[in-house]
Amino acid sequence: MIATGLAAIALAVAAPGAGQAVSSAPLANTQLADPQAEAQAQDLMEELRCLTCQSQSIADSNAPMAGDMRHQVRSRIAAGESPEEVRAWLVERYGDYITYRPGIGSATWPLYALPILFLLIALVVLVRRLGRNGE
Amino acid sequence: MKRLWLILPLALFAVFLGVAGYQLTQPKDEFVRSTMIGKPLPAFDLPGATDEAPRVASASFADGQPRLLNVWATWCVPCIAEAPQLEELAERGVPIVGVAIRDEPEAIARFLENYGNPYEVIARDDIAELQLGLGSSGIPETFVVDGDGIIRYQHIGDIRADDVDEIYAAWEDAR
Repeated sequence: MIATGLAAIALAVAAPGAGQAVSSAPLANTQLADPQAEAQAQDLMEELRCLTCQSQSIADSNAPMAGDMRHQVRSRIAAGESPEEVRAWLVERYGDYITYRPGIGSATWPLYALPILFLLIALVVLVRRLGRNGE
Repeated sequence: MKRLWLILPLALFAVFLGVAGYQLTQPKDEFVRSTMIGKPLPAFDLPGATDEAPRVASASFADGQPRLLNVWATWCVPCIAEAPQLEELAERGVPIVGVAIRDEPEAIARFLENYGNPYEVIARDDIAELQLGLGSSGIPETFVVDGDGIIRYQHIGDIRADDVDEIYAAWEDAR
């Protein structure tokens, strides 16, 4: 309760006259009425990168642009889009950088392929050593 | 031969350290570029500079005339810095559409009075829907949109004096 009060004061102090300091998008800070849709939106927002504060997710950030992005996520999910469709919409605009869960692409395939390769190598080494011991 | 195999993991690790160390010395590219270049302008229909001004819609872009789309705001300091450069582009005959992010009619009128008005028309994007649709991640940014409504070029950050020729050339290319 005190924390919310302090946050409100901090926000009020940070707002310099014009309206840029907070997003005025209706769904930036308002949850969807349908709890299931809100949960889907929340899960997705935690995996989308805030563009103006690049190490935060849009769920974590108070930046106005993050608020506007939350509005897009919630309103699109409320309109019946799946979270993956919303993610794809953003990736089409900003590239894989926007998502903390990138798909397999020309730049990301080693991330997925190398661990499998290392595991196979380890397995081969292990099998050979065990075989040698058994002789 | 067997010895060589044994030092292979260490050698790989040294290569990894070298690459990581080299990258640490490189300046970081903070820009998130739009991946909308070559794609059509997203559909939009936004209010004009004032509540009485006609609305600005994406349909008006596909009329054969290439334009600049300048994403800006009255509360954005670098936007003041780029105002003379936009003015120069307008004087050279480039039509510029302004997209004012999270802004208000009174603030827009004051800004134009103080720093000049290079804009053919201004759209107010209160919830950054067009900005997000464009793949724009900051303010100011400037896009070249060709006569078919296809996005051709993106300039990130304020337009400096030595950027003007490049942006003009990008606009010429879109003709």
